[in-house]
Amino acid sequence: MHEYALLLLSTALVNNVVLVKFLGLCPAMGVSKSMDAALGMGLATTFVITLAAAASWMLEHWLLAPFDLGFLRILSFILVIAAAVQFTEMAIRKTSPALYQSLGIYLPLITTNCAVLGVALLNVQQGYGFFKSVLFGFGSALGFTLVLLIFAGLRERLALASVPAAFAGAPAAFITISLLSLAFMGLSGLVAA
Amino acid sequence: MGFIDRFLRTRKFSRGIHPEDHKRPAADALVRKMPLPERLYVPLLQHVGAPAHAAVAVGDTVQKGQRIAAPQGAISAAIHAPTSGRIVAIGDIVAPHPSGLPVAAITIDSDGRDEWTTLTACADPFALEPAEIGRRVSAAGVVGLGGAAFPSAVKLSGGRDANVDLLIINGGECEPFLSCDDRLMRDRAEEAVDGIAIMLHAAGAREARIGIEDNKPEAIAAMRAAAAGHPKIRVEPVPTRYPMGSEKHLVLALTGLEVPAQGRPADVGVVVHNVATAVAVRDAVRFGRPLVSRLVTVNGACVREPGNVEVLIGTLADEVLEFCGGLRADRGAPARLLMGGPMTGMQVPSLRVPVIKGTGGILVLDADEVGLRTPGPCIRCSTCVRACPVGLLPLEIARRIRAGDLDAAVKFGLKDCIACGCCAYDCPSHIPLVQYFHHAKGELAARDRNKLRNEATKTLAQARAERLERETREKAETAARRKAGPDPQPAPAPRPAGAAAPPAGESA
Amino acid sequence: MLFAVVSLTLLGAALGVMLGLASRFFAVEANPVVTELEAMMPGSNCGQCGFPGCAGAAAAIAAGTASPACCPPGGRALAETIAARLGIAVDLAGLRDEGPKVAGIREDICIGCTRCIKVCPTDAILGGPKQIHNVLRDACTGCGSCIERCPTEAMAMQPLPVTLQQWVWPKPAACA
Repeated sequence: MHEYALLLLSTALVNNVVLVKFLGLCPAMGVSKSMDAALGMGLATTFVITLAAAASWMLEHWLLAPFDLGFLRILSFILVIAAAVQFTEMAIRKTSPALYQSLGIYLPLITTNCAVLGVALLNVQQGYGFFKSVLFGFGSALGFTLVLLIFAGLRERLALASVPAAFAGAPAAFITISLLSLAFMGLSGLVAA
Repeated sequence: MGFIDRFLRTRKFSRGIHPEDHKRPAADALVRKMPLPERLYVPLLQHVGAPAHAAVAVGDTVQKGQRIAAPQGAISAAIHAPTSGRIVAIGDIVAPHPSGLPVAAITIDSDGRDEWTTLTACADPFALEPAEIGRRVSAAGVVGLGGAAFPSAVKLSGGRDANVDLLIINGGECEPFLSCDDRLMRDRAEEAVDGIAIMLHAAGAREARIGIEDNKPEAIAAMRAAAAGHPKIRVEPVPTRYPMGSEKHLVLALTGLEVPAQGRPADVGVVVHNVATAVAVRDAVRFGRPLVSRLVTVNGACVREPGNVEVLIGTLADEVLEFCGGLRADRGAPARLLMGGPMTGMQVPSLRVPVIKGTGGILVLDADEVGLRTPGPCIRCSTCVRACPVGLLPLEIARRIRAGDLDAAVKFGLKDCIACGCCAYDCPSHIPLVQYFHHAKGELAARDRNKLRNEATKTLAQARAERLERETREKAETAARRKAGPDPQPAPAPRPAGAAAPPAGESA
Repeated sequence: MLFAVVSLTLLGAALGVMLGLASRFFAVEANPVVTELEAMMPGSNCGQCGFPGCAGAAAAIAAGTASPACCPPGGRALAETIAARLGIAVDLAGLRDEGPKVAGIREDICIGCTRCIKVCPTDAILGGPKQIHNVLRDACTGCGSCIERCPTEAMAMQPLPVTLQQWVWPKPAACA
């Protein structure tokens, strides 16, 4: 149990997928203008990453490894992830049209979100078991959501501040996220991995 | 009212500011009466609500007090000739407004005789039905003289419907520089109390309380003496603190009741009228005399003889200033011209504008009094939060307005802002906070108007679509009938082109 | 080699069937957003946006093929409302914001042909054959449909004058 808790903590905070591993920067910059959209995006991504982690584990251990098809890994993973995203998109569109609209273009973009593929590939690399893989995926997604929310909160306030014209908009956002990244680096001693 | 009760009440209204009042020596000078001007410009919109509609034509001769414009709609007020003379023009003049935009006005050339029209007096107003009092007040064109200029009759008759049990008379006059209400209470206390008694009767309230800021001891003494014989009317000094004259804050200070957000005092069973309005109501009910003149404070460092002047509505502010000795040579050019008080009054581009019913003051301030400094960045010191009498967060609202996010500003309570200016007055960075709020409120109103307009357009478009459809159908039916057999009835006459639209499809 | 091809094909097919079933299960009949947008539009079906009526424009905006700023009568206010509803950023720079405009008729040129009356989507023009027409300012949306119809060029768009009640305090200049 202790081990699992540490895994969750280390994936969410210490090895944060956005700020430490630099995966999934596209939605981190794109959908962080408001807290509402950030939360929606975070939840959708959490769902997809966890689902993809489970699906890719099954794919790896039941198909790719037994038949020695390691060279098809990226291809097949992307296929599974794309299907999972499509599924999520349909489900959200049916259940929550408002969230569907606010995610807009970014929902299909989860397909090519490197965090999703990255988590699936890292799972294989680390040789985690099924439960650990899912937990790793869930922890990473939690870290992703956390960063998205923090960053959106910062940007909401930044939008109201008087920023010099040259820095207004994206430059200020980039500087902010890099400072946030530095802050997360400081958590590296939290769990001795 | 016990001591503890009083302590708690004053504590409740501990916000707001305490600006230098600049009221004296103007408040101590005796009221002067302005000689009859040659020409008067009477705007048709002097009140909150719809503009009045001119009831006279160019060339007509009018008597003083004759109605020259009729109210339009539920919230509006009649306008009367301030003197006898001839109507020389009905058209646009520069409005006493910061925009300097035109306003429709009736221009009257005085004949110098200043003759009253026949007035219908009333010996015993207390024998009248309350509705009749409301009608008389409405006919006299009385509006709130505290500055907002809301038609008084609407408020008086509304009081009955809303079960008002307390009438509060606003003698706060918290605005710096202004002293017209102070002067009125000192000189015409008996008349004011008589007017209050009439209002009490009209509104059906249980008692009346007159709230007067404690920096006007002479007014308090005069009013107390006048109200001595009336058990239902009480004078209560309130602490001197801006914005005590705001009706919500006066209600809070006098009763401890808080008027709900975006509500009116009637929601807590109170109705608030200005003390000058009480005098106007008395004149209207007792003597049938309409509101054609008012007391105006002429003040500011640039004025040679500051004081209070009784001015006919429609007199140019310039002429009033001339009557007060004009500008002082040693103060340099005036830095700011104001109609009304310095906190909530109208900054006007020039004084070639008429005095209207809501004008309490004509101020000519010099640079020291304006104290204009370049704004600095907000340091989030929260001075404005402590100053805000409504308990808002002015800094948060203003930065959202600056970023163009009006919806967020509304969420932070922009609609509860009373635009008193306390925040901007106290801001150590001299940020024009209240100007942001003025701007945002205007934008919000424009947005609402746009929405209404869009809805109206939609109704019109739908009506047209329905009409076109009906016409097509009717045409098809007629054609079918004609085909089926000879029509016993003659063919319908061709419709006028204005109403006839081509059937859908034919659009050329 | 053959096994790789077959397994990937099977995988793809299986996922495809699953998605197909899901799309049936999660089918959305009408896009509720389109109805909502249509309610926001002016509804005069003037056609200035280039779509057949406001319903067409609403559908195009919801689908992302048209900008929320495509409606001239709605103007900046409408563009902002729609953008806020859809949660998208909209470039308002291209939107001319010269304030509202309404059609006006020069009485000395008007020949009373009633052509403008026939195209007005809100019946904002009054008049009869051989009689000088006039525009009801309160009903005119400023769509400009009538301008080209006029054979004598008697019609022109005029800016709506700002009145005392509509005047808005300017925004204070941003401080340092």
